[in-house]
Amino acid sequence: MKSKRLNNLGKINRDKTLNFTWDNKRLSGFEGDSLASALLANNIGIVGRSFKYHRPRGIFSSGVEESGALVTIGSKDRRDPNVRATTQELYDGLKASGQNAFPNVNFDLGGINNYIGRFFAAGFYYKTFMGIPPFEWGKGTAIWMLFEKLIRKAAGMGSASRLPDPDSYEHAHDFCDVIVVGSGPSGVAAAIEAAEKKLDVILVEQDSELGGNQLSENDFSTSNIFNQLKSLGVKIMTRTTAFGLYDNCVVGLLERVTDHLSIPDSTLPRQRFWTIRAKHIIVGSGALERHIAFNNNDIPGVMTVNASKHYLNRYGVLTGEDIVIATNNDSVYETASELSEAGANVTVLDSRTNIEVNSNKNFEIREGFVPYNINGRKKIDSLDISKSEDINKVDTINCDQVLLSGGWSPAVHLLSHRGVKPKWDTDNACFIPNDTKENITMIGSSRGLWNKDDCIASGVAGATDALNRLGISKTNYFFPKPGGWKNPIKPLYEIKYKKSRSKSFVDYQHDVTADDVRLAHREGFISVEHLKRYTTLGMANDQGKMGNIIGLSLMADLLNKEIPEVGTTVFRPPYTPVPVGALSGRNVGKHFRPLRVTPMHQWNIDHGAKMIEVGLYQRPWYYPKQNETLSDSYIREATVVRKTVGICDVTSLGKIAVQGPDATEFLNRIYSNAFAKLQVGKARYGIMLRDDGIVMDDGTSWRLSENEYFMTTSTAAAAKVMAWLEELLQTRWTNLKVNVTSVSEQWAGAAVAGPKSREVLNECVEDPSLITNENFPFMGVISTFLKGKIPCRIARISFSGELAFEVYIKSDFANTMMDLLWENAQKFNGCLYGLEALGALRVEKGHVTGAELDGRVTIDDAGLGKMASIKKSYIGSAMRKRGVLSADNRETLVGFFPTDLKETFNAGTIVCEKNNVKGQGIGRITSVTHSPELGHWIGIGFVEGGLDKWKNTTLVGADPVRNKQMDLKVVSPHMIDPKGERMYA
Amino acid sequence: MIRINCPYCGERDHSEFSYGGDATINYPSLESSEKEWTEAIFFRKNIRGFQLETWHHSNGCRMWLEVERSTVTHEIKSVRPCHPDLQKVVENNK
Repeated sequence: MKSKRLNNLGKINRDKTLNFTWDNKRLSGFEGDSLASALLANNIGIVGRSFKYHRPRGIFSSGVEESGALVTIGSKDRRDPNVRATTQELYDGLKASGQNAFPNVNFDLGGINNYIGRFFAAGFYYKTFMGIPPFEWGKGTAIWMLFEKLIRKAAGMGSASRLPDPDSYEHAHDFCDVIVVGSGPSGVAAAIEAAEKKLDVILVEQDSELGGNQLSENDFSTSNIFNQLKSLGVKIMTRTTAFGLYDNCVVGLLERVTDHLSIPDSTLPRQRFWTIRAKHIIVGSGALERHIAFNNNDIPGVMTVNASKHYLNRYGVLTGEDIVIATNNDSVYETASELSEAGANVTVLDSRTNIEVNSNKNFEIREGFVPYNINGRKKIDSLDISKSEDINKVDTINCDQVLLSGGWSPAVHLLSHRGVKPKWDTDNACFIPNDTKENITMIGSSRGLWNKDDCIASGVAGATDALNRLGISKTNYFFPKPGGWKNPIKPLYEIKYKKSRSKSFVDYQHDVTADDVRLAHREGFISVEHLKRYTTLGMANDQGKMGNIIGLSLMADLLNKEIPEVGTTVFRPPYTPVPVGALSGRNVGKHFRPLRVTPMHQWNIDHGAKMIEVGLYQRPWYYPKQNETLSDSYIREATVVRKTVGICDVTSLGKIAVQGPDATEFLNRIYSNAFAKLQVGKARYGIMLRDDGIVMDDGTSWRLSENEYFMTTSTAAAAKVMAWLEELLQTRWTNLKVNVTSVSEQWAGAAVAGPKSREVLNECVEDPSLITNENFPFMGVISTFLKGKIPCRIARISFSGELAFEVYIKSDFANTMMDLLWENAQKFNGCLYGLEALGALRVEKGHVTGAELDGRVTIDDAGLGKMASIKKSYIGSAMRKRGVLSADNRETLVGFFPTDLKETFNAGTIVCEKNNVKGQGIGRITSVTHSPELGHWIGIGFVEGGLDKWKNTTLVGADPVRNKQMDLKVVSPHMIDPKGERMYA
Repeated sequence: MIRINCPYCGERDHSEFSYGGDATINYPSLESSEKEWTEAIFFRKNIRGFQLETWHHSNGCRMWLEVERSTVTHEIKSVRPCHPDLQKVVENNK
């Protein structure tokens, strides 16, 4: 191939030179060039190596369907593999390189695969799993592991950068009445028509310029269109691909904001991921020209006819000197004439005979001829041709370029995303879109319209259709019939090579040949979906935009069926690849998920807390002194709580205000234990079951007045419980007069725990007489004032097993409360304690949390059976004893000690019988801690049959992940103060 | 993307909502037998076409809604509050 830049033609700016590198070679192009056009202007023919055979590949197209010129752009952390050179705009300083080749695409050692290619035929991967014939040598995984390494190295595309992505991406949203996809003649006509009727219109164009395929025309100027649309208020989005259509007229767009810039503005995102909610979608996505399968149809220098025209008229690049055009339709003649005028020597092979051509005929037409075989390896030397009726080599034409047009395929992809199957149009040898009930209208050549006037008419009709469907007008309209060529197209998909071992490519990028399709058929993979998966036809980056129809026709031929009977594969989003960075948008790093902090977050940090994430909440984990480790710290904290007093931020607990005349009845139905007689000024620990009898959550409810409760839930289940209560009140018990409000954010809470806790509170409240043991018994609730007349709620409840209180205050006063509590706790040698110490204290007491209540556990399993009322019915009461839930050998809550008290263990340890360490064992340890009180490690968990069955038996804790095993003793989960004397003190 | 026309908030993305379940179940009284509850909890029809289902506008007005949606096309025929009194309020305000 001898391609070159012309001095005239094109819409490039020849006054502005852009320097770039290709495989480290310095080259230059002009402003307005694509990378592909600049490479062609520099007569670079080989730009890639094929997937399996490492055959040299050139530039096949000028658009998104490109399956040869996939290159790597940029370097280091901005290395972007598999970029289509045809759609990459050139910028100054662009670094591009070839991929899937060693040392480079011009000379590639992997090229040897081309000669041993018969081992890599379709189904190669599957067959290696079966071992090497005839004795299935190496069958099994070993050989596959060996092959996999080699294949991964040899096959494939470019490799992504492993460095963190330095760019930012954005998610954006918009609404409109009508979104028009594509700015060709039909799309622009539709946008104008809709905008003139006062609709809010967005026009999306994947190219940098408006015009669609008109950009391939000599005398086309984009600025007029742009100005007209602007003046009508159309929102124009260029460099933006509509990659998918979704339910309810939602369109996904990818806007490439800075990919075309040398030095992007650092304040701009690289790409934007748009979600557009439209009322109507008009798709004018155009049509894609197909190639033709024949031997060596992939030698660099082969291109689609329209691509050559595009390079000529948009970029001023003549792609060859001696050009043969092979066609089966009328679309090529204008191109032939223009190429000839630009100085090329052009011959057209038309597979048809007796055709009528309107052109000045400055080129030769050979009617009834088809291409047969290309001679050459890295470039085209000559083309063998055949008569179309009797396939055999009859002549050879010396040439450096072969342009192909096997017909045009309307881009029905977006409609296919909505599950609308296209229908086969025999006259035009292509799939055309079917109608849909959804508000989507296909226009232009994506409807199979080949001439511009028809396209414009269809655009106006499409806009009218939208107006009618939106109820704005009731105007008659009609779409022109598909087609528009003077001479009918004559289907031509493959010219069969007479010799064996042909390389007649159907899917260039995945190296799928016509023989591969026949092999798949021979081996029984005749359904289109099987064919696709077995041969990987249409599964490359281009998703079969060029080759699918050829593959279908070959299979139809083999099955003696028509193409529509064979079917079409379903196109799925995205239309063109969408980078993962754009999908994640700003949801990376710290913004990967929301962060919740309590109102005393900064206070905690200022007082030395190390934080831990629980759910989404940041909670104090431990408060180390000097060089304390986590275990030093939590053991000290837990010890201090048991000895004097500790303060802990418990704000993250869920808090729900339950109000109304039926509040008591409501709580009595949702909790397993009795709430009907709970007095005002008292709190009660309660357990909620699910409908199916499994424990949902536990917490406390405080009766503040006759009709008002303050409910707490566990941190993790707060949202779930709130939604559950709302569901019950709004869907099931709609006659109950109860209102629930989440007040989790409104109240800050702190636990004051330890034998000195009452004395600390004495110092903190306005009226200490309220909190004497007499006036404020265990499970009592008061609403009172902290010093400074700050209203607060205090309940005497204990998670640690010590005398303890929970103090709640309006969130705004959280720091004041903490200052006050902490100042006074210090007077009693108290401490601040975090989640780790909280955990240690509750494990010592055998209190369950989310680690135990994991959605499989019944109230009896959790050892809380006495909290399941038998005097009333409540949610889950009918189901909690059903079938297996009442089996004798259920795993129930127990405590564990290591037999050797110096031993440690971890949560997740599997509990087994001695000499039978296997499988899931007979139980599991769910929570562990070092117990400062007992001086050794303890755990709680579950074991089949519970304490009674195993209290005198030594069991084994197996921890295969950490390669650990220890003997265990089963004990009561209430390891400290089982009678609760401390709590009642 | 499914868009649900919340009677309180207007048309919103389904990501604002949480799916509930079958809206046609008559949950038995709490006193009912295990058998009746088993029927209500575990047995579901697998409907092809329009079904009545509940959705919770969890990131919106917090209302539980009864949505008539096609399981084939996602087309939504009607949306109304689950609570009968609220249904009346919405009807009267139309």
